[in-house]
Amino acid sequence: MSREGSALVTGASRGIGAAIARALAAEGWPVGVNYRSDQDGAKRVAREIERAGGSAEPVPGDVSDAGAADSIVGALEERFGTVLVLVNNAGVRADGLSPQIGDEDWERVLDTNLSGAFRLTRRALRGMMRARFGRVVNVASIVGQRANPGQANYAASKAGLVGLTGTVAAEVARRGVTVNAVAPGLVETEMTNGVGQERFLDAVPARRAGTPEEVAACVRFLVSEEASYVTGTTLTVDGGLTA
Amino acid sequence: MPATVTTDKVEQTIVSALAELGPERDEITRDATFEQLDIDSLDLVEVAQVIEEEFGVEIKGEEAEKLNTVGDAIDLVVAKAS
Repeated sequence: MSREGSALVTGASRGIGAAIARALAAEGWPVGVNYRSDQDGAKRVAREIERAGGSAEPVPGDVSDAGAADSIVGALEERFGTVLVLVNNAGVRADGLSPQIGDEDWERVLDTNLSGAFRLTRRALRGMMRARFGRVVNVASIVGQRANPGQANYAASKAGLVGLTGTVAAEVARRGVTVNAVAPGLVETEMTNGVGQERFLDAVPARRAGTPEEVAACVRFLVSEEASYVTGTTLTVDGGLTA
Repeated sequence: MPATVTTDKVEQTIVSALAELGPERDEITRDATFEQLDIDSLDLVEVAQVIEEEFGVEIKGEEAEKLNTVGDAIDLVVAKAS
């Protein structure tokens, strides 16, 4: 199945973003595989998608740059048409206890995780509103709601995404555009190495970490036609950790 | 390239952008208020986007809030473009 318009997944060269890109491609969306530095990874993801019969294009761009939203969305629109699905997944960590988080580490995390998502959403909403259809999914984190000492900057950015999600959802709902978030718990990716997995695992009722595919399945649902009346919500995917 | 801005051109652009959002063309006069036309703030955002693309004129949120009539919008765009 092929569709008019395209899907953009930021930070999709590996981990959860790569799994989301593959899942949306399987739904028939031509997918922009955005990356900042891992060009090889993004090319690999795009190749896998094409081998599976889908369409994909690696799209470079650091979402923390003020001009990136225009260049990323512009590049994808030229190749595949209006961006009707946006998944703000790109995220970075710079952990430390609050007294020791410097301005640079604070700003870098907020710029990428929160401001980058806002700017891309603002840019992509134009086409979605005109099309009277759109799906925005923000990849938040349970750390936005449940404290994890050492991640004040990350937690603030993810809680910010949840607030952004609800407000934008209310603004554009009457245009057929939905805006939701997913809040993964402990998921096995390169990024979560060294977050203190063991400490968390004991607290997870499912007694295991989640997989990127389990998060991608939730995004796939939120993007689907069937989810057309689901907006402004945050879907927690954490094996019961915050239950 | 932004088009040359004349009052006529701005009027045409705004009227056709508004017409796509619901109201009949003959209802869209200079004196018609957005409330009468059932044009809400989100609709005005869409009109502002068309104006920006067409004329390179950016209309800020607080400016849009003060607009009551179609004529107000036309005058604002013409003033900002000159």
